[in-house]
Amino acid sequence: MPQAPAGTLYRGREGMWSWVAHRVTGVLIFFFLFAHVMDTALVRVSPEAYNQVIGTYKNPIVGLGEAGLVAAVIFHAFNGVRIILVDFWAKGTRYQRQMLWGVLALFVLVFAPFAVRHLMHVFA
Amino acid sequence: MTTIDAPRAKYRRSRATRSNFELYSWLFMRASGVLLIALVFGHLFVNLVTGEGIKQVDFAFIAGKWSSPFWQTWDLLMLWLAELHGVNGVRTIINDYAEKDTTRIVLKTLLLLSAALVMFLGTLVIFTFDPCPAGAASDLVPSVCTTK
Repeated sequence: MPQAPAGTLYRGREGMWSWVAHRVTGVLIFFFLFAHVMDTALVRVSPEAYNQVIGTYKNPIVGLGEAGLVAAVIFHAFNGVRIILVDFWAKGTRYQRQMLWGVLALFVLVFAPFAVRHLMHVFA
Repeated sequence: MTTIDAPRAKYRRSRATRSNFELYSWLFMRASGVLLIALVFGHLFVNLVTGEGIKQVDFAFIAGKWSSPFWQTWDLLMLWLAELHGVNGVRTIINDYAEKDTTRIVLKTLLLLSAALVMFLGTLVIFTFDPCPAGAASDLVPSVCTTK
């Protein structure tokens, strides 16, 4: 099979970078889900075991990581809707660039209030 | 020797031996994605925004939620859809970037093993979980345990 040259840009701009961001956030959420199910499974061991492990997460560094994860989830969700519209809406491909700006506007609108509330809990 | 199709034979886009697996996986990503938006946003809102947010999350909080079939069903559906959606996404990424056959087989085997572990363990915990374990300190369990 012929090999494509590695490390080249595809088309760049909004279309390609939103696709890259969708992959990066997706993989991040997938690895988090593994850890999240493993530590939550500790409730089956004992209340003490779960509370001890979850207690080690209650610090500002993990708190900031949680905000980052929620940011990844919000982007992945809204950009996912954009992908569905590109696939199923007749004018989806024509407006894919404008829809990305819509995704980013909605992202700021949802993430900003969440970040304020979450970081208030984390740093309180 | 190449055989030539009979004149006016019906054109087939793909050979009959091929399955429609990729079509269904593409459709599944969109359908599960829509459901996951509601499930995950609801999960994040109840656990991180309402009440005391992340500070409220401890054994008693989880046990309080999972003593209700509503949250058991919610979390079970979310677990399965999210894991299958994630597996399918990572499978696509492996297919895109891993060029050697052996690399792809190794990575996909690890992927399937991790997914089986996550779905088995998660399902087991949701179904066999006891919100009021015998002998647990009363300040660690949810309020439903003491009102019996």
